Order: sequence, then C-alpha cells, then structure tokens
Amino acid sequence: MIDGLSLPKDELLEMQRRMLRIRLFDERASKMVKRGYIPGTVHTSIGQEAQVVGACMALAKGDHMTGNHRSHGHPIGMGSPLGPLMAELVGKATGVCKGKGGSLHLADYEVGSLGESGITGSSIPIAVGASLSAQVLGEKRVAITFFGDGTANQGVLYESMNLASAYKLPVIFLCENNFYALSTPSHTVTGGRIVDRASGFGMPGVRVENGQDVIAVYNAVREAADRARRGEGPSLVEVMTYRFREHSEGLRINVDYRNAEEKALWTSRDPIILFRDLLIEKGIATADEMDAIDAEIEQEVEDCATFALESPDPDVSVAFEHLYTDDYKLENVL
Amino acid sequence: MSVMTYIGAIGAAQQEAMSADERVIIIGEDVEANVYGTTGGGKQRAEKGDFVEQFGQNRIRNTPISEEAIVGTAIGAAMTGLRPIVDLSYSSFLYMAMDQFVNQAAKNRYMFGGQSSIPVVFRSAMFYGLNTGAHHSDRPYPMFMNVPGLKIMAPATASDAKGLLRSAIDSDDPVLTFEAVPLWGQKEEVPDEEYHIPFGVARTHREGSDITIVGISGSLPLALQAADEMEARGVSCEVIDPRTLVPMDTDTIVRSVLKTGRLVIAEPAHRTCGAAAEIAAIVADKAQHALVAPIKRVCALDMQVPFSPVLEREIYPTKERIVAAIEAVCADQLNQVNRRAS
Ligand SMILES: Cc1ncc(C[n+]2csc(CCOP(=O)(O)OP(=O)(O)O)c2C)c(N)n1
Ligand SMILES: [Mg+2]
Repeated sequence: MIDGLSLPKDELLEMQRRMLRIRLFDERASKMVKRGYIPGTVHTSIGQEAQVVGACMALAKGDHMTGNHRSHGHPIGMGSPLGPLMAELVGKATGVCKGKGGSLHLADYEVGSLGESGITGSSIPIAVGASLSAQVLGEKRVAITFFGDGTANQGVLYESMNLASAYKLPVIFLCENNFYALSTPSHTVTGGRIVDRASGFGMPGVRVENGQDVIAVYNAVREAADRARRGEGPSLVEVMTYRFREHSEGLRINVDYRNAEEKALWTSRDPIILFRDLLIEKGIATADEMDAIDAEIEQEVEDCATFALESPDPDVSVAFEHLYTDDYKLENVL
Repeated sequence: MSVMTYIGAIGAAQQEAMSADERVIIIGEDVEANVYGTTGGGKQRAEKGDFVEQFGQNRIRNTPISEEAIVGTAIGAAMTGLRPIVDLSYSSFLYMAMDQFVNQAAKNRYMFGGQSSIPVVFRSAMFYGLNTGAHHSDRPYPMFMNVPGLKIMAPATASDAKGLLRSAIDSDDPVLTFEAVPLWGQKEEVPDEEYHIPFGVARTHREGSDITIVGISGSLPLALQAADEMEARGVSCEVIDPRTLVPMDTDTIVRSVLKTGRLVIAEPAHRTCGAAAEIAAIVADKAQHALVAPIKRVCALDMQVPFSPVLEREIYPTKERIVAAIEAVCADQLNQVNRRAS
C-alpha cells in the first residue's frame, strides 16, 4: 500500500496548490455571484478540498472523472486551468464549455473531466461507461465518480455498482459524505451506513473517517485505483467531510439545520491549514515555501477572474451549435 | 439482391457493423442467447452466425436488468471510445432510463460545448397489437422526438431497417431506433452489398396526384393497402414514409402536399403530440395555400392498451380507418368517379 506522505515533494505541494485553488476559486465565485457577475447560483466545495484533491491526485493521466452539482472542485482537482472554468461560470466565449454549460455543467476533456451534473446521480453510470470502454479496449485507465451522501440513496447508484461489480470494471464510486443533503440530515433519510452497501455488491468499501486529511483520502483512493488498474474491479470509498458554507450561494434557509457547535468543530478542521501544518511539521516544506504557494494561487485566482470578466461574450450563433455532430438544420431558428 | 425479413435485416446490419469496426459492441438483456433474434444467424444460438462465437464475450454482453445503468454506461462508453449498440428489447422499457436519455445522451455534447460526441444506438421494438397488454405495447417515439439532441429512426421495411441502422451505428450522435414488431416478418429485397441510408430522407413508396398519405412505421403497409384500394376507386394516392423522425424530411412531404392538396397521416403512436401532429403543423405552416381539405390524422386512440385481442384491435390505425380518412377528404374525386360511373 502506498502512503501519500512518501510521494515526491512536488506532488505533495501540488496537492496543497489544488486545494488552495479550489478554496480561493470558490471564495471568488461566491463574491462574483453576490455582485451579479455570475448569473444563477453556484455550489462551493469549501471545506471539502481534501476529499476532492486527495481523490483526484490518486488518479493517473488518461483517467476519467464525472462529478455532480458541487462542481468546481472536481475539474480543478483534475488539473483544469482556472481561467476557462471561471469564464464558464460568468458565461463567456472563453468558457471551458463555450458558455453553454455554466457552473453546474463544467467539463474539461483535456484533463479527463467528462462532466459535472445538475441532476444528482445522473453522471454515475457515465463513469461506469468510461470504465467499460477501458476494459473492452484493453486500456489501463480507471474512472471515478463523485456523488453526495444524499445522492447515495438513488437507485441508479446501485444499478451502477452492481453492473460494475459483475463486469469487474475499473471504476471508483466516491461518496462525498458531508452529512447533509441540502437541509436534510443524512441519517434521518438513510438506512445503515453508506460504506456498508459495498459488501452487498461484492466490492470493497472503505470509509475515510477523517476526510479533512488529504493524505488519508489519497491513500484510500490510490488503493482503489491500483486495484481497479490491476483488473480487480470497482470499489466504494466514503469520505466523511463537511461543507463550510451554505448548500449553494445566495440560498437562505431559515431553519437552523446545522448547529453552531457542529459547524465550529468542523471549521476547526480546515484541510488546507491541516496539510500546511503537516508538511511543515514533517520537515517536508518550510513556512516560507507554503506562504509562497499561497501567494502564487492568490495571483492565479486573481488572474482567472480578470480573464473571465475581460473575455468577450459568446456570439449568439454558438447557441445553435453542438446539438449534433453534423450540420443538422434547426427548424425555425430565430 | 436477396429477400430478407425486417428482423433479419436488423441482425444483418449489426453483423456488418460489428465486423467493420472493433469499437462496436452490443449490450443488453439476453443478447448472448439471441433471444430477440438479432444477435445470431437464426433464432437458435447454436446456428451458424452466432454473435458470441464470432465476436466474443468482450463485445457481446448480457447485462443485468438495470435499464438506467445500461443506458448511462453505454453513453459513458460512447464518450470514451466505443460505439455501443444497446438492445433494450421492448420500447416500453425506455422509461426506466428516461433521465439518461434526456439529461445525458441528449445534453452532454451541447452542454459541454461540443467536447463530447456520443456515438451510441439504443434499439427497441414496439410490441403492439400482439396481446401483450398495457405494459409491453407502447409506441413512445413521440416523447423522444421532444428531446433535442437525440436522433430517431422508425423504419417500416427490411431494406430501410438495414440501411438506416448502419447509418445510425456510424453516426457520432445518439440514435434511438423504434422497430415495429408487427413488421418483423415482413420481407423485402435487400441489396447484397453493404449500404447506408441517410437520415432525413423520406421514401416515396408510390406517386399520386390526389392525396398525400404519410405512413409511419407499422402504419406504412396499411397506408399502402389503403392506397391500392382507393386507386381502384379512382383516387390517385402518393404514399410517403419519412423513415427517420429526427431529423425529418418535411420538405418531401410539403412538396407532395403542394401537388396533391390533401394530407392523411397514419401512425401507431397516440394522437396527442404525435409525429402526425408535428407533420400536420408543418404542412399547415408551409403548404396552407395548397390545402383543399382538412388534414386528417389516423393514430392510436389516446387510451391504454387493453389485453383482449378483440379489444386491442380497436385502438390502432387500420386500413379501414385510413380509407375512411381518405374518403373524408377526397369526397370530390369520389363523387366525380361516381358520376362518371353512373
Ligand atoms: C435528481 C435530483 N433531485 C433533486 C435535486 C435537487 N438537489 C440538488 S443538490 C441536492 C442535495 C444533494 O445532497 P448530496 O448528494 O448529499 O450532495 P451535497 O449537496 O451535500 O454535496 C438536491 C436535493 C437534483 N439536483 N437532482
Ligand atoms: Mg451531502
């Protein structure tokens, strides 16, 4: 079993970079929603950075990923550049999806990000399909799909887990358990533990109790990925984590469904601070080095916002493209 | 040319496509044992031409009864290098996978700004008129016509089924096929060499000058029978099958109505919001000045399918109902013929 802490220093620093990118990108996105630069709403991954980055860093180039409505962290975790992602949130021509997807539907095929999904659960079998193509074509890649604890109660997950297990497909089902499905405490609508459902499908299930520890997440997902790559089939990884902000930006819920104590406990477990401290404590990096990374990512996020805001709007003709691969003629185009 | 059945033509197209391209796979319930007769040389697995023997279990796979996962998995596989054919057997089972058809297959290419292409074919057959009761008899293609991003074929003859299915498999977009089980045994001359029929090109089965009859899927042979009967009574009928419903060759239909001035549309789906309704609206829009009579639709009644054969017969288009519709809009011709006769 590989221990993430023994990875080369540059990879460990890259983990911190990606977590910071997610944090600062989402903080900026939140501000831009408030100021009206980003139409619609966004769901941030603030607080869940370790869960996302630990998983993505455990993958290899050529692997595939599908995500969900908490949608910015996943492509950033896979290494997607920030500019086109932010431009997509703003709805610009330079957006990674040409301004046609928006926050909920980010995808960056360059880094194996096959698409986030506004419909919960909907992208789970898509990742299974990416693993089927790997198996049929004899390619050594794996696929991962991210879904929440609320989504873990959708039937499509279990059809997908069964199919993947029966075919021994190289796919990882990663449950981001942040204890809530929007305002609903998970335990009130969920029978048993999510991780225990793995055994019913004949696949390993592991629960990462401290999902704020990027190395713990990395180790669990790395083992699942190695296993998948060896042809030994799928795994379920449940990561316990917490979102620091409201379900989505701008959403006001009057009922206090998460108490202050719980929030304080979890926000004291900030994955970015924890990892920074760990790297310094282990003598892997100095405080100065970590400060420099903070500054570097702050600049990157500043630049991505500038890029997004200064980019041109999409040409209206783009709205009529990409419905089909051929030049299908729409009836009654404006 | 050789004579082939409709279902044989579908099997032949799959066989050719599997041989031509290693990326083509077939997944579905019971495909390995050739239960539905399109993945083998004949009904029996042991017969020569068995797909599992020819192409191996890596490319022909039984699936669990998990329509949502099967459809989603095929979409994901298509987005990452395969060209799957999914055999969903009964069209009534498509509902189980509605989210995957509507939110993934139809939207991914568009939402992601053209990053993905989704070369996948979802085959299903409409088992109507066969006393299978309300849960197995649906003709749901109009629901999917309402989902931009999907392509839809509904062939009515063996040669069309073969050529269109080859085009569907070679297409880089998701295609749904709606096969008509009542036509499975129908025979037609089919070219021996491999061929493709493009989507969006209607087939004019017979030319005529008094009325245009559009026949879709299992209603096409009935439309042709009705045309024969009316021809004998002095009404010259043009019969057109659009063959693909998305994209649909409305130009051919509109051109025909500009010539005939009359239109009857027959299809096995429900009348409300059906393909016939769409064709009627387009013709009303583009050929209104040529119309000399109201457009008539002969569709399945807007009701559920009863089990008893005596009851089920009542709800779909029949030759008699098509004839009655033609009579209603061709009163002039029929009167003239009657006057000449008397
Ligand atoms: C099929 C479907 N049902 C409901 C919703 C509305 N919805 C969006 S996110 C969400 C909660 C999801 O909870 P969870 O899966 O735990 O993810 P989290 O938001 O906690 O990350 C709901 C109910 C949806 N988008 N799709
Ligand atoms: Mg949750």
